[in-house]
Amino acid sequence: MRTFKIGGVHPPELKLSADREIELLPLPAKVIIPLSQSLGAPSRAAIQKGDLVKVGQLIAKGESFISSNVHSSVSGKVTRIDDVMDSSGYRRPAVLIDVEGDEWEESIDRSPDLKSEITASSEEIIRKIYDMGVVGLGGATFPSHVKLRLPEGKKAEYLLINGVECEPYLTADHRVMLEQGEEVITGIRLLMRALAVEKAFIGIENNKPDAIHHLQQLCIPFPEIEVVPLKVKYPQGGEKQLIKAVTGRETPSGKLPLEVGCVVQNVGTALAVYEAVQKNKPLIDRVVTVTGKKLDRPSNLRVRIGTPVGNLIEYAGGLPEDTGKVISGGPMMGKALSSLDVPVVKGTSGILLMPGIESKRAAPLNCIRCGRCVTVCPMGLEPILLAQLSENFLFEKAEKERIMDCIECGSCQYTCPAGRPLLDYIRLGKNKTGIMIRNRGKK
Amino acid sequence: MNETLVFAVISLSAIGVISAVILYFVAQKFKIIEDPRIDLVSEKLPGANCGGCGLAGCRAFAEQLVKSSDLSALNCPVGGSEVMKEVASILGLEVEEKEPLIAVVRCNGSRVNAPQKMIYDGAESCAFAHALGTGESGCPTGCLGLGDCVVSCNFDAIYISPETGLPVVSDENCVACGACVKACPRNIIELRKKGKKDRRIYVSCVNTEKGGPARKNCQVACIGCGKCVKECPFDAITLVNNLAYIDYDKCRLCRKCAPVCPTGAILEINFPLKKEKPADPGIAVENPTVV
Repeated sequence: MRTFKIGGVHPPELKLSADREIELLPLPAKVIIPLSQSLGAPSRAAIQKGDLVKVGQLIAKGESFISSNVHSSVSGKVTRIDDVMDSSGYRRPAVLIDVEGDEWEESIDRSPDLKSEITASSEEIIRKIYDMGVVGLGGATFPSHVKLRLPEGKKAEYLLINGVECEPYLTADHRVMLEQGEEVITGIRLLMRALAVEKAFIGIENNKPDAIHHLQQLCIPFPEIEVVPLKVKYPQGGEKQLIKAVTGRETPSGKLPLEVGCVVQNVGTALAVYEAVQKNKPLIDRVVTVTGKKLDRPSNLRVRIGTPVGNLIEYAGGLPEDTGKVISGGPMMGKALSSLDVPVVKGTSGILLMPGIESKRAAPLNCIRCGRCVTVCPMGLEPILLAQLSENFLFEKAEKERIMDCIECGSCQYTCPAGRPLLDYIRLGKNKTGIMIRNRGKK
Repeated sequence: MNETLVFAVISLSAIGVISAVILYFVAQKFKIIEDPRIDLVSEKLPGANCGGCGLAGCRAFAEQLVKSSDLSALNCPVGGSEVMKEVASILGLEVEEKEPLIAVVRCNGSRVNAPQKMIYDGAESCAFAHALGTGESGCPTGCLGLGDCVVSCNFDAIYISPETGLPVVSDENCVACGACVKACPRNIIELRKKGKKDRRIYVSCVNTEKGGPARKNCQVACIGCGKCVKECPFDAITLVNNLAYIDYDKCRLCRKCAPVCPTGAILEINFPLKKEKPADPGIAVENPTVV
């Protein structure tokens, strides 16, 4: 069975919610929809305070090349457009809507029937994806239309669909593949047409045999789509790791996957593409895993964008008493939230509640030069060296040691026996080195 | 035996003489003519190589001084006006008297004033904690207390107070080189005039949020009410983005603004206590929380 070659770790899987069907979360009383929900420039509000909006109405327009549209996920009245606390605690512009009823835009097809016939052309599909505000749902929220619009002279050979879900605890993609497999397959066919590729692979780790089997059955009429079972290893869901695992190709340092003829999209994104193109439905909801060892009912919920995180936890059985941390995302790459009023955004793949003891970091000890971080780094970097260089502000040297190649998977910090905050310093160094490189370009 | 000795002495001397001749010509050929005043000037400079003047080190500063015809834009904060006067006399130029500056920490969000809401157990670096989130108090502009300024200081002039968790600048040691100003990711530290008898008045807050959210995180935050602006008889206070700022060039230390501040965000440093002990002006107040 295939996997990527260098590095990787095996954290305990703990997929507590793997056999829980996707449930529909009841509508919240209020939603907070941040204006900036994807990588790139923030979008500009297209509505005003006091406006009545419908589900699916455009509320913010992405105007620059890398940015995306944002739509209302509920119907109701816009109470304010203001700076609201986001997951980091800083205030960012957002639209606050009081929910009234559930009135959808007429153009959206709400019937549950599968619409597998593809009529749209490549240009139409990409246009639709842009209009409907579809972004990568794997976590990085890169606007999907940018990935699909290939630069002049470049040609994609393979479309890779990321169904790996290598983060422990998370099961949202797994459930989507099981319950909405047909829609995902249609979404993949739409993406293939948009990119004009002949071959697509769906990479799934073999800890999800039911999903592998289910999609293999569904792919029988479509020989151009192949399901590739992969050996379990973190961080296989990383773009470059997935390409290496599935095709054996190595993306050169500092280059995009297109350099080796690949475009990678998440299964969640494929579903969103299907809904956007075939059903005319903007990206207004997503599947979120709510999980935790002490949580009563770890669940997979279909949640409207903008719902406060607290509502999800309440639905799944309430906040356990000794919760130490509430993490948005998985335990490896996720980020601790500063408040439960923070809304679910397009990039929220999971809400993880960590018990008090597990959530605390031990005090860092001295580096014992065991080299484990070097062994597990999936990008072949030397994390301890990069961390030291960043700590001492030697960013020129860090750049030469290819700090910008770090994918921030956290394997080094996970494996460090001395508990050193390696990734913290590398992230800091990456940030500063990036600023240094950009300033250099200006001069 | 004797012969060997003589031979060795002669041959070594010959090599020496030949090398000396070669070296003489090489030295002539590659001679670097340097202004002798550079050495004189750099002798007078403190030699701390702190970079406070904006140049790479004291030698680079000396070269710059010798090159320039006007010294008004150049200043060695460590040496102060004494050193600059000596330098000016070497160069035969005039130099204006500059008032000494000192680093001032514009945050009073101690553990009491801005209680801890979150636990941060990541890397001991303000820059990283700032990139990650608001920090333990929840104030997006408050001091993180992880000591990037302490690490940056070459003069042992700043330390984190164990009681308040805030940096404290030593009046004696601080030379106003500005290293901590650059190191602070939240631009909390500012170089201000040291003031007569080290007396200073400043707004000890850099929060630009509206009053409500600012006050939620810290009881001594500037809420941008503008009372001090109205009170100031010298137009020294400006209010921008819900934050008052006292211009130290205009401020005459009249102490009218501090009592009207509803949150106590304006600090008076090293002033004698008012009212209680008017007869004893010698007692200084160090970092009073509410004045």
